[in-house]
Amino acid sequence: MLSWFRTDIIVEYWPLFLEGLKTTLELTLIGVFFGTLLGLFLGIGKIALVERGPWKWPVKIFVRIPSQLYITFFRGTPLFVQILLIHFALVPLLIHPDEGFLIQGDWALLLKREYGAFISGALALSLNAAAYIAEIFRAGIQSIDKGQFEAARSLGLNYFQTMKLIIIPQAFRRMLPPLGNEAITLLKDSSLVSAIGLAELAYAARTAAGAYSRYWEPYLFISFIYLLITLGLSYGVHLLERKFKNS
Amino acid sequence: MIQVKGLQKYFGKKQVLKDINCEINDNEVVCVIGPSGSGKSTFLRCLNALEVAQGGEILVDQFKVTDPETDLNLLRSHVGMVFQRFNLFPHMTALENICLAPISVKKMTRQKAEEKARELLKRVGLSEKENSYPHELSGGQQQRVAIARALAMDPQLLLFDEPTSALDPEMVGEVLDVIKSLAHGGKTMVVVTHEMGFAKQVCDRVFFMDAGQIIEIGTPQQIFGDATNERTRSFLSKIL
Ligand SMILES: Nc1ncnc2c1ncn2[C@@H]1O[C@H](COP(=O)(O)OP(=O)(O)OP(=O)(O)O)[C@@H](O)[C@H]1O
Ligand SMILES: [Mg+2]
Repeated sequence: MLSWFRTDIIVEYWPLFLEGLKTTLELTLIGVFFGTLLGLFLGIGKIALVERGPWKWPVKIFVRIPSQLYITFFRGTPLFVQILLIHFALVPLLIHPDEGFLIQGDWALLLKREYGAFISGALALSLNAAAYIAEIFRAGIQSIDKGQFEAARSLGLNYFQTMKLIIIPQAFRRMLPPLGNEAITLLKDSSLVSAIGLAELAYAARTAAGAYSRYWEPYLFISFIYLLITLGLSYGVHLLERKFKNS
Repeated sequence: MIQVKGLQKYFGKKQVLKDINCEINDNEVVCVIGPSGSGKSTFLRCLNALEVAQGGEILVDQFKVTDPETDLNLLRSHVGMVFQRFNLFPHMTALENICLAPISVKKMTRQKAEEKARELLKRVGLSEKENSYPHELSGGQQQRVAIARALAMDPQLLLFDEPTSALDPEMVGEVLDVIKSLAHGGKTMVVVTHEMGFAKQVCDRVFFMDAGQIIEIGTPQQIFGDATNERTRSFLSKIL
């Protein structure tokens, strides 16, 4: 019955699919990790407020407003455009044999040839995820009763101690489900980086499809793989939700 | 201990505290009473700078609370506060709630802090609850842990904002007893309360607030016996 489905294409390109899956997972993990790290600071930065004293204006101008601009930009523009912008405009500015701001010379050349697309892709996904995760952190922090903040401050804890010891640990439980959903989004969105030639799952499918001019098999196959992982992640999120509902 | 001069507080355009002036001495226990919305909580919260005042001066011990240069964390580590809704940290046990500030603010060793916390739990009658989480405790027990948490920093001044208003009637007594024992132990305390019996019994002076001002100050005998101000009298006649 499934004779029209040419499994031999999948089998022939198996190593490429496997390689692609590895890259997809790597991109997702990197995106979640750095997105969470950067998102934490952006989320706190977006609502950072000093009511009085010498820090009032510096915090507003150098922390609050930049965080807000960053989040607005990355949530308000398409990820696809961000990927192109970062790969073709930003990364060449930073890593360039002649005039790279960050890395120059032979090393830049090598880095670019071997890992150029991966660096751009991972960077774009991380920066994008950070904006969304920042909003998750902001909502999580603001969902904590103000009395918690006041009780901590009234004991003499400073702002950072209060965040680290009181607010974030409580907010984090509530943030786990939306963070899990962000990981799912990130996994799916990582397919967009095939546009800059990064050999992840979607790229592997495109290669196999191109070679045989057959589209059902490769794309159905990777759909199945994506689905398997996203369902697994959703189930994990569900378990976490259940676990923290009781505590 | 406390000097307040010309304190002004606005929320937006609305003036909530209008020219508050008062002095509170060392080891004195002051009760603040008055109708809802008169600014009692706001006044109390200005004393440890949870609210930023827009005008006037507050001096708490050696700290100029209203001076932007003042280290507010240091000030607050000397001023304990007990809230109406307890505000215990729900992700920590009773013991951890109490140890938190001594360890992270005073840099006490964990062992010493726990020793002290156990002593305080004993004092508020909750020795057997050190490993309980707040949601496993009754309201009265939570508030007693909250008092122990404030005491753990050895504050020179204790602020209470309606410490028994969120409690079921049968638990009010146990919390008031703890507060009374502190009053007799010679701590400076400012207690916002609706418990007039407690105010009569325990405090040295009563401040009556109305519409953002301290209208009358006197001993409990004066205030509850023969208040001079018309508004004080009408307030007391309504609630007594
Ligand atoms: N954060 C705030 N923002 C705006 N208005 C506020 C805020 N906190 C208090 N107010 C207002 O300030 C006034 C004084 O409030 P406050 O809480 O100090 O009164 P209170 O005497 O403690 O009353 P209660 O007995 O009900 O606790 C009220 O009119 C209140 O609505
Ligand atoms: Mg109040």
